[in-house]
Amino acid sequence: MDHGPAVKLGVDHAAKRKTRLGIWMFISYTILYGVFVAIGVANYEAMKIIVFADLNLAVTYGFGLIVLAIIMGLIYNWRCTKIENEMNKEGEV
Amino acid sequence: MIYGVSYLAIALFVFFVLIVLGLSFYFARKTKSANSYFAAGGTIHWAVNGVAFAGDYLSAASFLGICGMIAFVGYDGFLYSIGYLAGWVVALFLVAEPMKRLGKFTFTDALDSKFNSKAIQLTAAISTLIVSLFYLIPQMVGAGTLVEPLLGLDHWVGVVIVGAVVIFIVATAGMTSTTYVQFIKGGLLIIFSTVLAIYIFTNGLNLNPDHKNQDYIQPMTLTADDMQGFTSVSNIDVDALSFVKMEKDGIYRWFTKDGDKFEEAMSTTKTIDGEKLYNGAPKEEGKFYQVGNMVTIIKDGVEVESTGKVGPLKFLSVINSSEIARYVKVLFDDGDNEVTAYVKTVTPGKEMLIPGLKFKIGKGATPLSKLNFISLMLALFLGTASLPHILIRYYTVPSQRDARKSTIVAIAAIGFFYVLTMFMGLGAATNGVLNLEDGNMSAPLLAKAFGVGLFAIISAIAFATILGTVSGLIVASSGAIAHDLVDRYMGKQLSDKEKVRAGKIAAACVGVVAIILGILFKGMNVSFLVGWAFAVAASANLPAILMLLFWKKTTAKGIASSIIVGIVSALGIIITGPSISKQFFRSEGLHGLDSPAIISFTLALLTLIIVSLLTQKDNDKKLA
Repeated sequence: MDHGPAVKLGVDHAAKRKTRLGIWMFISYTILYGVFVAIGVANYEAMKIIVFADLNLAVTYGFGLIVLAIIMGLIYNWRCTKIENEMNKEGEV
Repeated sequence: MIYGVSYLAIALFVFFVLIVLGLSFYFARKTKSANSYFAAGGTIHWAVNGVAFAGDYLSAASFLGICGMIAFVGYDGFLYSIGYLAGWVVALFLVAEPMKRLGKFTFTDALDSKFNSKAIQLTAAISTLIVSLFYLIPQMVGAGTLVEPLLGLDHWVGVVIVGAVVIFIVATAGMTSTTYVQFIKGGLLIIFSTVLAIYIFTNGLNLNPDHKNQDYIQPMTLTADDMQGFTSVSNIDVDALSFVKMEKDGIYRWFTKDGDKFEEAMSTTKTIDGEKLYNGAPKEEGKFYQVGNMVTIIKDGVEVESTGKVGPLKFLSVINSSEIARYVKVLFDDGDNEVTAYVKTVTPGKEMLIPGLKFKIGKGATPLSKLNFISLMLALFLGTASLPHILIRYYTVPSQRDARKSTIVAIAAIGFFYVLTMFMGLGAATNGVLNLEDGNMSAPLLAKAFGVGLFAIISAIAFATILGTVSGLIVASSGAIAHDLVDRYMGKQLSDKEKVRAGKIAAACVGVVAIILGILFKGMNVSFLVGWAFAVAASANLPAILMLLFWKKTTAKGIASSIIVGIVSALGIIITGPSISKQFFRSEGLHGLDSPAIISFTLALLTLIIVSLLTQKDNDKKLA
């Protein structure tokens, strides 16, 4: 029974390297997210400290996590595209 | 009445619905195969898919719920924005491309890609249905909540209208029309939320937030020397607060006593004969007014009455150094009458801009309350990448590269919107627009203060928000029934045409069930239910997805049993927890854990590992 992709996909020789990159970026972001939660639980008063442009740690860190997700996404895409272009022939992926 | 019928909002909503129906008619002619019905033929451009992701994901909980929560409890509401967005990191880095590579129409396809197992087909389809239903209920409740005050219609009418339109969208052209509805809605939501934020910055902060369209009414303060014609009737002490019932012209109002001062509390009173009074009078008399304002404003170290125009960062820094009037809900009985009082509480801005007003992680925190907080943040982080209606959007693009790019567009669009929620929520908190009975209406009411046109557009977009998300959920549920259960699990071997017909019938049935649930669950908190949907999804689906992708020893039995354990433990903890017990049984519940993910996700993961190790022979047979 066919339950593969809805469209025919080519072979992706870059899959392994992209997966490894994805795991590392995921771990990096998870650590930063975990630190944010840990500060909240361990010493939430620290969230009041002014750290940037009159903004406290909570706001700066919160906005930072959102902006960082976007930046990391762009870096990940740039790296993956580069790896795909190196390892796959035209028409693959 | 806090808000009346807006004919412009009705006209815009009808206009939007007509466009949506027109699109559905147009695409219906092209939707003949199962591939086009369930996966839009896999031909959607990545940029369109990315915005459609945002349209799918930014539900009533995000727009109405988060803004409302920030308006009432400050930063704690923004934690949802952070968690919901962070979840997309899991989707992008771990799940997006493999999902595209492994699946065809549904999330079950991907899980079952290596096994062809009946157990996975059944459990994953049930999980899809449960998560989607949990998600559908708050959307439908939100539809009724919006329709009631804005269009002057009953709650159930709103639920039926949204249900009927969505059934039509999905049953005509499936994923194709759903994609474009979500694309339009996602785009409009982001554009007009930006417009609303610009209004907030242009307006600045003001001690008396009068607007062109509505005057701000300050709650009364009486003193022993100047009672303004009120006479004291009775006293009630609740916790540390002393309430005084006062009478004037035959109307009774509640005040809190502070020394020789009496501060007016907003109140609703449910009398023994079922009548509901707002500040002592029927709702129509308009005595229950909108609140929420700055008490002091400190700008650049100087106390001022208003800031004038401010930028986004200045807006936050001024709030951080100033004070805001929040209202805290207190329940008590006055003889046979049930009173809900909303007590003005002057809160330093620096308390509004850190976690702790809702989630007890600072003053008065217990290990359990901290565990609840960690568990919620875990559910939000892990839930996104396990929501079936989000995962199926990976099948609508042509390639893995497109799946990745569309996720990044989604992260940028959703992230930008979530940054705006902070400003919209705080804008509502400080502009005298809060309806204390319904926090979900904070963003639309803020728009109303700035202009009827903006209010009409924002309200119509709020409806559209619900249409877009409900469409995606019904496509996911329809795929689970027609493709996973009927075609694959029951082995009916449907032809392409029959599969499309089954999908359409399933969509109609799920739509009807959603309408019924939306009516039954009237009054339930929108964001709260979505938080549970995330917890159930994270527990039931994510261990299975991740271990399938990253652990070679994963077996079909391991996946199926982990899904069952994830669903049962998450639902079990929710049902026996404090919120459900308070809502339905007026008891404290069997335990104090409101957010189950930290336990249910761990249990599901352990189950998958143990069962897989015990059933390695299955994989060996497969290889042999």
